[in-house]
Amino acid sequence: MKQLLILSGKGGTGKTTVASAFIKLSGAKAFADCDVDAPNLHLIMGQKCEPRRKDYFGMPKAEIDSDLCIQCNQCAEHCRFDAISVDSSGTYGIDKFDCEGCGVCEFICPVGAITLKPEASGELMLYNKDDKVFSTAQLKMGSGHSGMLVTEVKRQMKDAAGNTELAIIDGSPGIGCPVIASLSGVDTVLVVTEPSISGISDMERIIKTAEVFGTKIAVCVNKYDTNPANTEKIEEFCLSRGLPFVGKIPFDTEAVKAINNGMTIVDVDCRSGRAAREVFKNTMEVLSE
Amino acid sequence: MKGKDMKIAVLSGKGGTGKTLVSVNLASAADNAVYVDCDVEEPDGHLFFKPKVVSNEQITIKMPSVDDALCNGCRKCVDFCKFNALAFIKDRPCVFEDVCHSCGGCVLVCPEKAITETDRMIGEIKRGVSGSVTVYTGMLKPGEESGVPIIKRIMQASEADENALKIIDCPPGSACVVVESIKDADYCVLVAEPTVFGVHNLNMVYELVRLFNKPFGVVLNKCLDGENPAEKFCVERDIPVIGRIPFDTELGELNSNAKIVVRESEKYKDLFFALLQTIMKEVRHETVADSKR
Repeated sequence: MKQLLILSGKGGTGKTTVASAFIKLSGAKAFADCDVDAPNLHLIMGQKCEPRRKDYFGMPKAEIDSDLCIQCNQCAEHCRFDAISVDSSGTYGIDKFDCEGCGVCEFICPVGAITLKPEASGELMLYNKDDKVFSTAQLKMGSGHSGMLVTEVKRQMKDAAGNTELAIIDGSPGIGCPVIASLSGVDTVLVVTEPSISGISDMERIIKTAEVFGTKIAVCVNKYDTNPANTEKIEEFCLSRGLPFVGKIPFDTEAVKAINNGMTIVDVDCRSGRAAREVFKNTMEVLSE
Repeated sequence: MKGKDMKIAVLSGKGGTGKTLVSVNLASAADNAVYVDCDVEEPDGHLFFKPKVVSNEQITIKMPSVDDALCNGCRKCVDFCKFNALAFIKDRPCVFEDVCHSCGGCVLVCPEKAITETDRMIGEIKRGVSGSVTVYTGMLKPGEESGVPIIKRIMQASEADENALKIIDCPPGSACVVVESIKDADYCVLVAEPTVFGVHNLNMVYELVRLFNKPFGVVLNKCLDGENPAEKFCVERDIPVIGRIPFDTELGELNSNAKIVVRESEKYKDLFFALLQTIMKEVRHETVADSKR
């Protein structure tokens, strides 16, 4: 299975818009939304079935039995995540948003008042119909360890899709743990950037990150005509770094309308959709090299 | 609470809705503000402020290191590590730094005291000045997993600048990094764009700020004529809309060239100044309501 991952560094450059167009154009039998923190792909893929839902258990969370606790403060002293606090009545408690489930407090507690308990930190969803597999998930608010959930989303897709040729994966913004988890095992990363100083800076950081993991990279520009001078800078940057530049998509109010109607930009006849077809063709060439 | 010590967090769920546009310009509209960039994975505020950097701090986390001469091969550390950051290879524990969470558990459980900790650099914090704004930038090193330690430290470091309005530019999403960024905020500004994606993600941060019991208001960005799904969402839930920024190619161009629009355009100076006043009023209102409770 060849895997294409869409990333951007900066948010809102058009990852999901491009990923959804590519899924339609390729007829890919496997696709996934790895932006578990703010998933949106399901809003425009027109799933015709209910997903199979599964709770996702990430790291466990510590719990203090206040009947056993002797207020020795050892747990709070050893917790590296500031997850243990004392209220005004002297009762010790765990802040679940800070607790990483490392188990140090459970180990250090001299009276066995602390135990780690499993905790659902998200939900996995799998749509499987007409030979097409779509894997997605939603992280529970405020949770950490999104990288582990991303790994599960990809595993779920692979298990259900079996030996299909191509998988298209929509990624998350940033360069941290969910992005790093999504990079593992993919053949090519398509970076969707925009012609702003912020977009360029963030593109450079995501390229650096992908390079750390040795993944092949291609670049395209979305909304390129909103700042032609910056678009040129991006093309020059790619040329100087020897990165394949696979095309540019114009800003298009028809694209916004299509998305707001739950359609991809290649479902309607519009400028951005036509440009996306070109970008798709060029990206597939890079992927098969 | 004095008005000047206020902390305002700007968040959005979805990326690219205009968090940095709003944060940078609110800070620039104030007399004396501290801008804190908590989007440590992709910090962009500094590109606008181009601050003169006055200090620089490297952020490190602790990494275990095993002394093979002392290790007796009991495997207690490997068994303890919940993150599978230690594995037994050729009779000795081996550390996988990228999955280590620096909890210090392995050091505690080792009966031979064979594990010590060393510092590993994961990023940096820069403090700089741009006009009347003090600019804090947190930067995660590419390839590193978690920016949480940088966010914790930057919030702490920015406490040193007293008597100033603090504007916190948050990362996108609603995960742990966002929670860390809004924890101490007195008020949250949610920036939304008029698309179904924007609304879906606005709903997430809306639930997040309610969960943390933060007073908040919504700024509608990229407003076009016609129906605005984000506005509809707010009206249906009785959420205060505290500002509107039009979809405007002049604004788009200035912003894409990393210009601070309140420093370039009278029109936007007025818009962000008015937005700042609205926020101040909302926060004071909340504070009064709070003290009456």
